[in-house]
Amino acid sequence: MTGSPETDRDQRDEEATQMLERTGDVKRHHLSTRIWHWFNASALLILLMSGLMIFNAHPRLYWGEYGSYDDPAWLEIASDGERGNTRIGPLNYDTTGVFGIAKDGEGVVRQRAFPSWATIPSTYDLASARRWHFFFAWLLALPLLLFMFRALFNGHVKNDLHIRRQEWAPKAIWRDFKNHIRPKPRHVEDATRYNILQKFSYIAVIFILLPVIILTGLTMSPGIDAAWPWLLDIFGGRQSARSIHFIIAFLLVTFFLVHIVMVLLSGPISQIRAMITGWYRLPADTMVAHSEQEDDQ
Amino acid sequence: MNTPIIPRRKLLGGLAAGAGLALTGCDRLNESDGFRSILRGAESLNKASQRLITDRAALAREFPESAMSPIFRMNGTISPASDEYQQHQREGFANWRLKIDGLVSKPMELSLAQLMAMPAREQITRHDCVEGWSAIGKWRGPPLGLLLKAAGLSTRARYLVFHCADFFDGDPYYESIDLIDAFHPQTILAWGMNGGMLPVGHGAPVRLRVERQLGYKHAKYVMRIEATDSLSGIGRGKGGYWEDEIDYEWYAGI
Repeated sequence: MTGSPETDRDQRDEEATQMLERTGDVKRHHLSTRIWHWFNASALLILLMSGLMIFNAHPRLYWGEYGSYDDPAWLEIASDGERGNTRIGPLNYDTTGVFGIAKDGEGVVRQRAFPSWATIPSTYDLASARRWHFFFAWLLALPLLLFMFRALFNGHVKNDLHIRRQEWAPKAIWRDFKNHIRPKPRHVEDATRYNILQKFSYIAVIFILLPVIILTGLTMSPGIDAAWPWLLDIFGGRQSARSIHFIIAFLLVTFFLVHIVMVLLSGPISQIRAMITGWYRLPADTMVAHSEQEDDQ
Repeated sequence: MNTPIIPRRKLLGGLAAGAGLALTGCDRLNESDGFRSILRGAESLNKASQRLITDRAALAREFPESAMSPIFRMNGTISPASDEYQQHQREGFANWRLKIDGLVSKPMELSLAQLMAMPAREQITRHDCVEGWSAIGKWRGPPLGLLLKAAGLSTRARYLVFHCADFFDGDPYYESIDLIDAFHPQTILAWGMNGGMLPVGHGAPVRLRVERQLGYKHAKYVMRIEATDSLSGIGRGKGGYWEDEIDYEWYAGI
């Protein structure tokens, strides 16, 4: 390991530039990052879909320690047999065909909160959904722990995610934003470094959303609550933990959608190739040197 | 050197088709015995890791009266249909007897009055249904451990099986727990609920309270407690009605 983050970064930029001159490729993702990315993407998708099936067993959410059919729910997906209704607080939405009531794969109308195409298994099967969920929860949680440790020690956090003082300037944020929505990178650095928007979302997902969704999941376990009652205090009770678990799942889906849109906008083949091989091929006209002036051209 | 960008429509179409295939694949995997036994592996891991981080005597949280649910939902069977049970109900359970047998040196038959005369524990705890809802109620009854000691539980015993008076689709409800949970201080045979007698809808005359596990383990309408060294000869061998019927986990701490 070499000295300061700045030295590391300069060295990496230099290596990237040399490689770029030789082959047109820049090294972008560590092996641990790539393995974890795909592993996690699969585990999260299965957890989401089996989780939606588990939610279907009681499609109501509450705040506090307890909550059941006789208690006020802040979110409820229901059906009267004809129409599907999703209520969030006082707001009601007709969600016929998607939430509450929808056709399954064989065209049979089912009264379910989430439709069969969104759940694992696709039929109503709480026992199986729980088995899938609790198996893949291990596959999410253990690698996440390993990844977090590895990211702390292999420089991923220090070099790639740490937000530097100059990046906080409004002008810098605006410039990053403009570069980010551009379909192709103009500079090597645009392709080899995370901008502040990416840093924000990756820090939020890896170090906040994923740990909290795991901890709120554990808080729903009566066995874990006996071992670690402080979890109930952190999240304000089991039913609050269940609500937070659901909200974070929703935020992760939002992150996923934005992530996919950004990949599609910025050349999906080269992006996916980079996340598989680690190497990102820059467009031929990418500028190697970076200066403010060029940005304004 | 530029990689061509694939048409978005083609990509989205491919993704949707892929998702459809994946879903059918998941349903198939779900029905495969081999894959299910892999998934089931997580149950042992969950049990082992929970037992590892939990002291044997670690208590489920107990709440003040102010935290109790205004209405405690009745769930599962709320009125057993058998003639035998209905007669007990008409007689106010005066002729009902709780049998304790199996691997015990002194098989017992206890009346409700005898159970009520025993030292009782009162606890306000949270009941968590496997479906996701929770309710908080107050339970009162003798610790199961006291009864097992009185009956002279054999050292060969590994499980306690609770045979119940209610039937689902013609099969009697039953549940089972191991000795760690059987001797846990909060594991009681509750005859009282929320300050009164346990209502029929909640399992009168007694139901098991095994805090730290989900609701389906809390057998209602308990008629007989059998000590055994193996669950394989009981029901269809998985240790409980829902375990046999739809493959709920036997260890319901999660």
